[in-house]
Amino acid sequence: MKKQIIGKLLMGMAGLGMALGAISVHASPEGDRQELAKYYTSKYPNIKMEDYVYGALAFDADSKSQYDAIMEFPPFESEVEKGRKMWDTPFKNGKTYSSCLPNGGNQIAGNYPMFDEAKGKVVTLQDAINDCRTANGEAAYKLNDMKTMGVLTSYMRTLSNGMIMNIKAETPKAVAAYEDGKKTFYGRKGQLNFACASCHVQNAGNRLRSELISPAIGHAVHWPVFRGGDNLVTLQQRYDGCFKQVRAVPPPQGGTTMNNLEYFHSSLSNGLPMKASVFRK
Amino acid sequence: MAEPMRIRATMTGDVADVKVLMNHPMETGQRKDAKTGQLVPAHFIQEVTATVGGATVLSANLGSGVSKNPYLGFKVKGAKAGDKVVVNWSDNKGDKNTAETTIA
Amino acid sequence: MNALRRNVLKGAAGASTVAIAVAAGLLKPTQAMAAWNAPAFDAKNVGAAMKGLDVSSPADSKDIVIKAPDIAENGAVVPVEVTSKIAGTTSIAILAEKNGTPLVGNFTLSGGAQGFISTRIKMGQTSLVRAVVKAGGKSYTAAKEVKVTIGGCGG
Repeated sequence: MKKQIIGKLLMGMAGLGMALGAISVHASPEGDRQELAKYYTSKYPNIKMEDYVYGALAFDADSKSQYDAIMEFPPFESEVEKGRKMWDTPFKNGKTYSSCLPNGGNQIAGNYPMFDEAKGKVVTLQDAINDCRTANGEAAYKLNDMKTMGVLTSYMRTLSNGMIMNIKAETPKAVAAYEDGKKTFYGRKGQLNFACASCHVQNAGNRLRSELISPAIGHAVHWPVFRGGDNLVTLQQRYDGCFKQVRAVPPPQGGTTMNNLEYFHSSLSNGLPMKASVFRK
Repeated sequence: MAEPMRIRATMTGDVADVKVLMNHPMETGQRKDAKTGQLVPAHFIQEVTATVGGATVLSANLGSGVSKNPYLGFKVKGAKAGDKVVVNWSDNKGDKNTAETTIA
Repeated sequence: MNALRRNVLKGAAGASTVAIAVAAGLLKPTQAMAAWNAPAFDAKNVGAAMKGLDVSSPADSKDIVIKAPDIAENGAVVPVEVTSKIAGTTSIAILAEKNGTPLVGNFTLSGGAQGFISTRIKMGQTSLVRAVVKAGGKSYTAAKEVKVTIGGCGG
């Protein structure tokens, strides 16, 4: 069954070539990541793997120098500061986020999304924050409400800066969720009939009109981002944008399809350091 | 309007490297509010002054073409660690803000 | 005298009026130094903005280095750094030539401040970014083109 799905996917992706074809033989998350890394590094031997955290910026020195100039003193610092205050403000019962998240909320973002065996589904970091809120008698935040969840995570994720992304999919159920995310990533969709991979694997490093396309490895380590230094965007909001750009109907944020996609997509960045919150164009 | 202003000042050789981040919307007066469709009135910082060790080193006029949350970097020769850096701004509505730090 | 004073307070006065006001003792020099130059900032083209800055036909100079992107990541926040190696630099003005009002900032340097300013500017479209430097009573200029595109993937 699994082979069939992958076979179909590969048929739909004739341009992808041998490198990824090898995946279907011994599909495993780490195997997938290594094959993809090999594909990119053989295509772009001059770009170091550690620079993939910069996305498209790694392919363009002019863009990267603007990023560096802006990150030197980011215009969104006061927003992140608001997030710090939210993080430090106790719930009505006196407890705090750090009292209900693992390790006080420090150096944990690289473990998310994780597969929760008890719940039988993927849990994102935002889900974990909402679980923490509801367990303490607070209402859950809307996942795409930037004034609450967005600002809070823009700070909260800085507590994991430098942590190495470490997504695990080891049990059969976890692997099934991972494979579901992979299917979304490689499956063609929308009126333009594009897969996520059409741009971010096959055309990474190429230009789409004026846009330099980023590789999928390194995508997941730095969210949320402040686009234009101002407009806060989460990873799943970005997925939503990608779906719309290929003229597909986006699945709901926080739903199974999006969460499984984030699970698979994040695992491609395993081994790279986390950094929040950053500037993007 | 008491959004904090941030200043970083460090010595590189005998030159102080001063970086300032002001919090301000820097509205041009040309932008329409997405919800109401009304023009958002111009609201931007017009004047910035900076002193190091009591001496004025920078006196700037800004227009609304400076980005939101303006950033300014400048370099001052002859300053030394421990000197006080004071930055003041005022905007077109008469709001003012001030912040200070010492050179690290 | 009252009319003059009102003009000064409205910020509608040109540099010469401010000079008169200083001479007349209406403004202390420290206040006048920072007075916002409305004619220069309201100017709709580079020529009028330069006139407002009291600059006419500045000499092109290779001693002015503009560090700005070839293609702006986002026109709302374009990092621009101007270094003037001209001895005795007293001011640096930055203009985005095709902005509705081109003058972005005018930075008067004193007391050991180096010929250097770093900031971030808004650009509505592809245009020259121009620096105008005053030094020793003369003015100098240099420009660099920055392309501005619409949109962006932001991944």
